[in-house]
Amino acid sequence: MQTNSEIGYNSKIEGDVVITQVDAALNWFRRNSLWPMPMGLACCAIELMASGASRFDISRFGSEVMRFSPRQSDVMIVAGTVTYKMALSVKRIYDQMAEPKRVIAMGACASTGGMYRSYAVLQGVDNIIPVDVYVAGCPPRPEALLDALVKLQDKVSRQPVIKELEISNMLRSKKDRGEKVGTT
Amino acid sequence: MSAIESAQKLKAQFGEILSEATEFRGELTVKLNDAEKITEVCVFAKKELGFDYLVDISSVDNYGEDPRWTVVYELSRLAGNVHLRLKTDVSEEKSELPTVTGVWRTADWHEREIYDMMGVRFRGHPDLRRILMWEGYPYFPLRKDFPLAGKPSEMPDVAFSKPAPLEGGPFVTVAGGKDSMAREPRVRNPEN
Repeated sequence: MQTNSEIGYNSKIEGDVVITQVDAALNWFRRNSLWPMPMGLACCAIELMASGASRFDISRFGSEVMRFSPRQSDVMIVAGTVTYKMALSVKRIYDQMAEPKRVIAMGACASTGGMYRSYAVLQGVDNIIPVDVYVAGCPPRPEALLDALVKLQDKVSRQPVIKELEISNMLRSKKDRGEKVGTT
Repeated sequence: MSAIESAQKLKAQFGEILSEATEFRGELTVKLNDAEKITEVCVFAKKELGFDYLVDISSVDNYGEDPRWTVVYELSRLAGNVHLRLKTDVSEEKSELPTVTGVWRTADWHEREIYDMMGVRFRGHPDLRRILMWEGYPYFPLRKDFPLAGKPSEMPDVAFSKPAPLEGGPFVTVAGGKDSMAREPRVRNPEN
């Protein structure tokens, strides 16, 4: 319904109104621009590059902005074999990423160690950092990575942002008061 | 000058400490009996015989035998494409031999790799650090008595390692089986 009142909302000037929940709006912003941190460690990184190139075009899903600074990225794509020598560097870069942060384990090596049942290879990056989506394949095709990205977007859009904010504020104020904060 | 002529000249120069050249599938191998003389032999091979390129240095673990280590030098002369293999044995108690980094500078990383993987030291090497594993890793993983799955280790803030799950393995293929059933990989532990 239109209104002629001066102080009311004038849809002729300001456009139409969409009513939604704050959670849904925030998640909509977040899910469509997940900036990846490309942790390219082996041949999976080549497929990751292919995902970014014109044929597969990861920018259709809003993730074309590969950020080589962990401060600016939302999702770390662990693409390749994580050796023990690299493991703590991967963890350190993950720790440097700002919340909210997510991880895609791309390919068999990043997910489980793959064919490298070896003294030198970490048997799955989930031994050191939490993983949101695992991608099968050796290496996975770019479509598989894009599918993982879409799955991750679904996961992001189901996130109760306000509730999580309330909980983290509560925990922080508890901590400030000197109370013990347990995870149980 | 062909590889066989080069091997003969090497033998003429050093005499007793070198074996006669043996040929296998068109490749010549000369065995050096005294590992301490490796630098002199390599200097002669480069300066007088023109072996200007060191393709690789590798090492063999003859586990259960004495001497335990064999270090293998792959010499090459680019003019004429001549290839000569030089082998020398090193005992486990000693586990040390002179470096050839002064002869071919490319030996630097090859010798570091052998030190890292096999634990054989090269005396006089300018920078004998590990090259693949991290500094402080306590084992030499290419030795025959090192388990395939690896061993646990811990270096705070540098790296850690855990044994890999082998799911009933290690699965080992035996060459020369009569049929594919005999050749396919099966569980074979080194102890049985």
